[in-house]
Amino acid sequence: MKADIAVIDYGMGNLRSVSKAIEHVAPAASVVVTSDPAIIAEAGRVVFPGQGAAPDCMREIDARGLRQVIIDAAHSKPFLGICMGMQVLFEHSEEGDTACLGILPGTVQHFPHEAMVDAAGNKLKVPHMGWNNVHQAAPHPLWVGIEEGARFYFVHSYFVQPTSPDVIAGFSHYPFPFTCAVATGNIFAVQFHPEKSQNDGLTLLGNFVTWNPGASETACDMSGAACA
Amino acid sequence: MLAKRIIPCLDVTHGRVVKGVNFVELKDAGDPVEIARRYNEAGADELTFLDITASSDDRDLILHIIEAVAAEVFIPLTVGGGVREVGDVQRLLNAGADKVSINTSAVMNPQLVKDASDRYGSQCIVVAIDAKRVGDHWEVFTHGGRKTTGLDAIDWAKKMESLGAGELLLTSMDRDGTKSGFDLELTRRISDAVDIPIIASGGVGNLQHLVDGVKEGRADAVLAASIFHFGEYGIDEAKKYMKQHGIEVRL
Repeated sequence: MKADIAVIDYGMGNLRSVSKAIEHVAPAASVVVTSDPAIIAEAGRVVFPGQGAAPDCMREIDARGLRQVIIDAAHSKPFLGICMGMQVLFEHSEEGDTACLGILPGTVQHFPHEAMVDAAGNKLKVPHMGWNNVHQAAPHPLWVGIEEGARFYFVHSYFVQPTSPDVIAGFSHYPFPFTCAVATGNIFAVQFHPEKSQNDGLTLLGNFVTWNPGASETACDMSGAACA
Repeated sequence: MLAKRIIPCLDVTHGRVVKGVNFVELKDAGDPVEIARRYNEAGADELTFLDITASSDDRDLILHIIEAVAAEVFIPLTVGGGVREVGDVQRLLNAGADKVSINTSAVMNPQLVKDASDRYGSQCIVVAIDAKRVGDHWEVFTHGGRKTTGLDAIDWAKKMESLGAGELLLTSMDRDGTKSGFDLELTRRISDAVDIPIIASGGVGNLQHLVDGVKEGRADAVLAASIFHFGEYGIDEAKKYMKQHGIEVRL
C-alpha cells in the first residue's frame, strides 16, 4: 500500500514520538516508519527526523541506500526535516568534519564555547536543551495558527548556517540569533522538535500534513538561486 | 530566551503511580497515563518517570506505560530506574521515551554511559547523581542513598559529562524528602563544573525553593514530586511565581 506519509527510519534515534504525533494530527492518514527506498519514493509526503551525531547519520543513510531517495523526495514532495534531519540537508557539518547531503547550501556549526554567556554573565549550557522562542522570519503555511515567538522544544549542540538568508523561515536566540527553521520550495526543516512541543508542535505537524506547496514554488537545487 | 524547565517526577511501581497524585477530579490516582495527561495540560515542560519496581519480572510494565503516554502526551519524557545495559536504553527509547536516566549502573559500569550515548546520542542520556555531604565535600551514593561509593560528586559529574551524558539529574540525599529546599551549594558547584544542563532535585517544599534552585543553584531545570502531586501548588502557579522573580519560563 502506498503510504500517505513516510517517516524515514535510518536507525538514528526515537521515531516513535514523531510517528505518534503525526498519527495524532492525521488520524486518517497511513503513516509508515520505513527504511525502504521504494516506500519512501512512493509516499505522498516525507518526514526526515534524526538524532545523534552527523557522521553516524550519514553513514547510516548510505548503509541503507537512502541518499538518493532522500534527495529526490526533498525535490519533489512535501518534505519535513527535523533536528538532525535538518542539519544533514546542508553541505557540511563541523561535527566529525562530515560531508552531508548538500541539498541546501550552507554549513552546520557547534555553538562556540566562548560565546555561551548570557547578558547577565551566566554560563549557557550546551546542548541547548529546553523550550525557546521561535521567531518567524517569513510567513509560511507551516506557521499558520502559531504565534510569533511561540516556544518549541530544542535539544542540540550544532546549528545550521544557510548560505542564502532567503531560506531562513525562523530563528531563535542562544544567546545570538541562529537559524532554527528553513523553507524553500517543498522543503520545510526545523531544528526544534515539533513532536515534543505540545500544542504548537502539533499545529505545525498538522499544517505539514495538509500542506500543498504551490505550483509557483519550485524545489531548490544547490544554486539556491531560484528559491523564492 | 531559553526557559528554565519545571519537571514533575512520577514514581511508578507495577504499572501504577505511587505516592498518590492529588488532581481535582482525578478518576484514578494511580493511572500514569491520566496523570501524565493532566500534567501536560497544566504546562509541565517535561515529565520524568522513575520506575521503582523491585522485581525484574514486572519491568516490562513501564514500557507499556511509556507507549501509552507517548501516544497522547507530546512533551519530552524521561524514564529512569533499573537501566542496566544498552538494551534497556533501546527498549525505553523504542517505547517512546525521549531520554533515559542512568543512576546506579553508571557507577557500576561507567562504560554504559559512553556506549549508550555513542549509540543513541548524548541528548537522550541523563545521568542521575545521588549525592550526600560527607565532611567538606559530597559523595555519590547508590541504592537510594544507602550505599556510598566514595566517589567525589563533582569529579563524578565531570566524568559523566566526558563520557557523553547530555544532562545531569542531581539529587541531594540530605535534602530529599525534607521540604527544606535544594542543596544550593552542591547544585551550584556542579552546575559551574560542567557545561551540560543540570536538573536540581531533592528537598522542594515551596515555590521559593524552585526560584532559589535556579538563581542560587544555577540549575537549568527543577524537578519536584510531592509539592505538585499533593496539589499544594500547581505547575502554572509555580511558573508564574518564578516569572515574578525574574526567571524565564514557558507560560
